[in-house]
Amino acid sequence: MIHAINDALFEEMERDERVILFGEDVGTSIFGDTRGLQQKFGRERVRDTPISETVMAGMAVGAAAAGYRVICHLMYANFIYTAFDAIANQATKLRLMTNGQIRLPIVFMAVGGGGRSNSAQHSDYPHAALASLGGLYVVTPGNSGDAKGLLKSAIRCDDPVVFLQPASRGGEMGDVPDAETLIPLGKASVTKEGADVTLVAIAAMQRPALRAAAELAEEGIDVEVVDPRTVFPLDRATILDSLKKTGRLVVVDEARQAGSMANQIAAIAAGEGFRHLRARVTCITTRDLPIAYSPPLETAMIPDAARIADGIRTLMKERAA
Amino acid sequence: MFRRMMLIRKAEERLASDFKAGELPGSVHLYIGQEAVAVGICAHLAASDYITSTHRGHGHYLAKDGDLFAMFAEVRGRSSGICGGMGGSMHVADMSKGIIGANGIVGGGIGLAAGAALAAQLDGNGAVAVAFFGDGASAQGVVSEALNISALWKLPLILVCENNGYSEFSPTKAVISGNIADRGAAYGVPSVAVDGNDIAAMWQAAHEAIDRARSGDGPTLIEARTYRFHGHVEGEAGFLKSKYRTDEEVDERRDADPIKRFAAELVSRKVLDEAEIEEISREIGASVDDAADRAVNEPWPDVSSLESLEVR
Ligand SMILES: Cc1ncc(C[n+]2csc(CCOP(=O)(O)OP(=O)(O)O)c2C)c(N)n1
Repeated sequence: MIHAINDALFEEMERDERVILFGEDVGTSIFGDTRGLQQKFGRERVRDTPISETVMAGMAVGAAAAGYRVICHLMYANFIYTAFDAIANQATKLRLMTNGQIRLPIVFMAVGGGGRSNSAQHSDYPHAALASLGGLYVVTPGNSGDAKGLLKSAIRCDDPVVFLQPASRGGEMGDVPDAETLIPLGKASVTKEGADVTLVAIAAMQRPALRAAAELAEEGIDVEVVDPRTVFPLDRATILDSLKKTGRLVVVDEARQAGSMANQIAAIAAGEGFRHLRARVTCITTRDLPIAYSPPLETAMIPDAARIADGIRTLMKERAA
Repeated sequence: MFRRMMLIRKAEERLASDFKAGELPGSVHLYIGQEAVAVGICAHLAASDYITSTHRGHGHYLAKDGDLFAMFAEVRGRSSGICGGMGGSMHVADMSKGIIGANGIVGGGIGLAAGAALAAQLDGNGAVAVAFFGDGASAQGVVSEALNISALWKLPLILVCENNGYSEFSPTKAVISGNIADRGAAYGVPSVAVDGNDIAAMWQAAHEAIDRARSGDGPTLIEARTYRFHGHVEGEAGFLKSKYRTDEEVDERRDADPIKRFAAELVSRKVLDEAEIEEISREIGASVDDAADRAVNEPWPDVSSLESLEVR
């Protein structure tokens, strides 16, 4: 996915000279997503910052208000918390408070999620907390092609966007369109069609979800996999259309369930989708705890294909009963 | 103090080789080359004093008397680790020794140390709190906030900035303006820059700062100028496209290795001879290997161990 993100950054910086990017060691590029940008576009437009997330996020807001398209790279998603004040109190609020005088074309980029024993302070997936702010798009791709098209749209968007990339998908290749493929923000996609159950899988959970779907296909369970791609605003229509077809909903998310996107999607099903439901909604999430370091504990905490498949099997049996 | 520095060195060399062998989960940031800072400071501290540390925290932990075996077990994610395998390398902590812990958030420990200093002040028992942080971390706003509030309230806080010349892959001068030690003056906080590879100088600076804190005269800022011999993170060569510092630079800095310097000093003052130093090194190396070897086959934590940690 990293190369897709890198492509998108190159193309958009090439296309619009008012796009600037800054972050800690973005020249060196720890994840590889910003690799080569500084050489290509220079140190004016691509800046290495001190470790100062508070002022970085504040500067993103100020520079965007003053006319630039700003990409603020915050490295690990947990460092969004360090930058949170400017995101939550400024970036999301200024458009409304100034009655639209201020528009903020900002992309806050970060890499989230566990799976590599990076421990609790480097493993959060905070999309739900960000989605709850209301004034900002929260985009999180599940495959490389989407990563590129979504990031390009995010950079062109006139409102703030958080672009959260799943750490565990960094090395994944997958197809990346060369052409100017833009994926609209706020539009989900159906990554596998199916008739029996709708499986909404967010970001990194796409891979185990598709794996579980393939496994279940052999058992005669036809799973439809949906990728929201943008978790705020959420594409309710795509989820509800799928639910209408299948009558069952499972949501899988690499995040805690309390106050979660999984619950939000379940609530949509229980509300607008109530008449389509033929079974209870199932949420498969991490435990309501920070992610533990020890590999066996971390593995047990993060949903995988086996847990997803089990959840769906149980749900399908309930119908028989 | 020499033994303690040697212990940190040997323990970390072992971690480096274990990491290279692919035996350690997660990421490991080594302190090799900076030992005089942690040891010079912690030599003055008791278990009732507090420290907070950084992502590069093994040295502080061991200098503050953290258990060696429990550290190795923690880095391996085992149940007998000092945090039961929950935290790992970046989070070694032992509250029974006043080690509030290593920290994955750059600057994260500084506010905590100020809070521990507040608690110590309220307790009125003369305890102090030390915040270790890096040159890179000194760009975080919390440093200014901590200087201000600790000076105002005369908190028994010692801010120890370990300036090792790099903030990840950026040279300090690219990300830090001015001299870190000059910053205290603006808040009325006594501040010194010290050769962090000189154990005697570190010990002396720490002595003065800790004395001041214990007698109720408030915080001190110490900038310890040092160097890290290993990468920012073990295995970094695997993802870096190019070098951010030359091999010659690292080699040159090795001349000022704090352990080598301390050894030479001890020999020249006839405290120890070369053979005795050799023997200490061998003996500590053996006890380190023993602890590290014992950690290898420790059991993994059980998933049920998470239950007691839930907020219910
Ligand atoms: C809030 C936050 N921002 C960024 C990082 C990523 N990061 C980890 S270590 C580091 C560099 C720290 O440099 P310094 O404070 O000089 O300590 P050193 O590594 O040199 O010991 C960075 C940027 C982090 N862990 N936390």
